Amino acid sequence: MIDWTMWVEWIVKGFVLCLILLAGFAYLTLYERRALARIQVRVGPNRAGPQGLLQPIADAVKLIFKEELTPGKVYRIVFFLAPILTVVPSLVIAAVIPLGTSFNLFGREITLYVADINVSVLYLMSIASIAVYGIVLAGWSSNNKYAMLGGIRSSAQMISYELALGLSFATAIILGDSMNLTDIVNAQDTMWFVVIQPVGALIFWIATLAEVNRAPFDMPEAEQELTAGYHAEYSGMKFALFFMAEYQKMIVICMILATLFFGGYLGPGVDKYPLLGPVYLFAKVIVLLFGMIWVRATWPRIRYDRLMSFGWKILLPLSLAVAFITATGILLADMLNNQLYIWGIPALSIISLFIAIAFIYRDLRRKSHGRV
Amino acid sequence: MSSDLIVFLVLSLVAIATALGMLFSQNAVYSALFLVLNFVTVAIFYLLLGAPFIAMAQITVYAGAIMVLFLFVIMLLGAESLAPTNSLPWQKPMAILLSVILGVEAVYLLLNRAGSNLAVAAPDASLNSMDSLREMAMSLFNNFLLPFEVTSILLLVAMMGAIVLTRQEKEAK
Repeated sequence: MIDWTMWVEWIVKGFVLCLILLAGFAYLTLYERRALARIQVRVGPNRAGPQGLLQPIADAVKLIFKEELTPGKVYRIVFFLAPILTVVPSLVIAAVIPLGTSFNLFGREITLYVADINVSVLYLMSIASIAVYGIVLAGWSSNNKYAMLGGIRSSAQMISYELALGLSFATAIILGDSMNLTDIVNAQDTMWFVVIQPVGALIFWIATLAEVNRAPFDMPEAEQELTAGYHAEYSGMKFALFFMAEYQKMIVICMILATLFFGGYLGPGVDKYPLLGPVYLFAKVIVLLFGMIWVRATWPRIRYDRLMSFGWKILLPLSLAVAFITATGILLADMLNNQLYIWGIPALSIISLFIAIAFIYRDLRRKSHGRV
Repeated sequence: MSSDLIVFLVLSLVAIATALGMLFSQNAVYSALFLVLNFVTVAIFYLLLGAPFIAMAQITVYAGAIMVLFLFVIMLLGAESLAPTNSLPWQKPMAILLSVILGVEAVYLLLNRAGSNLAVAAPDASLNSMDSLREMAMSLFNNFLLPFEVTSILLLVAMMGAIVLTRQEKEAK
C-alpha cells in the first residue's frame, strides 16, 4: 500500500508542473511578441510594467472580462468540450518528462518528475495522437464551414506528420536503447544524440511544428483563407483555452526535443547539485523556443497541397531512411565491436538529408504543382 | 486488491455505457466519440492487467489514429446526421437473431465451465517492466516474423489500393 505522503507528493508535483506550464504560457506569449517585434524592427509590447513584463496579466484580465458568445446553432456539448479536450492533453503530456534527478527535502527524496513509467515515449505518442480531437471537434461543433475546413485540415495534417514524428521518436529510442525518458537522458551523458542523429532531431522538430499547427504549417487557422480556422466561433475564455493549449504544446514539445536529443536536464555540475537540472532544461527550452519564433517570423505559410506532399513524399521517406541508418549503425557497432561505425550514422543521415532536399527542389517546385 | 476491483467495476460500467451510447446515438459523430471513450477504457483495462505497452499502443493506434480517420471521413462526407433509412429490411431481425445466439452461447459456456478452473492466470508482476517489452519484441521478430511481414504487406497492398482508386478518379475528370 502506498502511504499518504506519496499521494501528497504526487499532487503537489502535478500542481507545480501545471503552474509552471501556465506561467510559461503567459510569458511565452510575451517572449514571442517581443522577439517577433525585434526581428521585424519594431519595439513590441513594452508599456505594461517594466519591459512589458505585466503584459500577459493585462491580456489575461482582458480575456476574462470579454463577453463570451455561443452561436445559436452549435452542437452545444461538443462545443463546450472541445477547448477542454485541447488543453488537457497539453498539460498531462508533460507528466513523464524528467526535469532532473532527485533531491532531498526534509529527509525525503523527491524526484523531479511526476511519473516515471517505462513506456514514457509511447505515452508521449499516445497523448499526442489524442490531442487532435479538441481541434477537430471544435471545427465540427461550430457549425461553420470555415471552422470545419480548419478542423479537417488539422486532422489530415496531424495524421500525416505523426508518422514522421513516430519514426524520429524511434531513432531516439534506438540510440538510447530504452523507452524510458530518464534512461534516454542518462544515455546522453557523454554525447547528445543530436550529434549522432542531427537529421532525426530536425525531422522531429519539423513534424512537431506541424503537430501543434505552428507557422509555417498553421494551415488550420490560415487567416486569409479561413478567417480564424477551427476557433473562429470561440470567444472570451474558450478562445483563451485554445491559445493556451497552443503555447503549452510549444513548451512541451521543446521540452521533449531537449530531452530526446539535447541531453535533457544534463549539464555541468548537475550530479552535485540536482536542482541545476531544471535550470539547464529551462535554458535549452528557451533556446529551442526562439528557433520556433524565428521560423514564424521568417517563413511564409506553406500551401496546403505542398504541405501534404512534403509530409508524405519527403519527410516520411527521409525519416524511414534515418531510422534504418540509425538501427544499422548501432547494430554494426555492436556486432563488430567497433564504435567507429556509430559515426556512419550522422554521415549517412546528412547525405540522405541532401538527397531529400534535392527531391524538394525536384518535386515541390511551383511548376510541378501548377493548376491542372 | 479491493481498490483494483472498484476501478474494474467502474470501468466496466463506463465501457458498457459507452458501447451502448455508440450503438444508440443518432449522430454519427457522437457515435464515433463514444467509441473513442470505449477504446480508452479498454486501454485502462490493459493497464490494470499490467500491460502498459498494449495500453499505450491501444490509445495511439485505435483512439488516436483510426478514430481520427473515422471522424475525418464522417465530417468530410457530412454524414453525421443522415436520416435513418431502412434500406436493408432483413438486417434488423437478422441482427437480433444472431446476437441472441451469441448471448445464449456465452451464457451456456459460462454456466457449463463455471465449476472448472478456467480463470486466466494473472500476469506476472515482473512482466511490468522494460524487459517484457524486449521479450515481446524478441518473440515478435523471431518466432512470428512471417505473420508480421505478411501483415505489413497486406497493409501496403491496402494503401496502394487506395492510391490507385483515387488516381483513376482524377484521370476521369
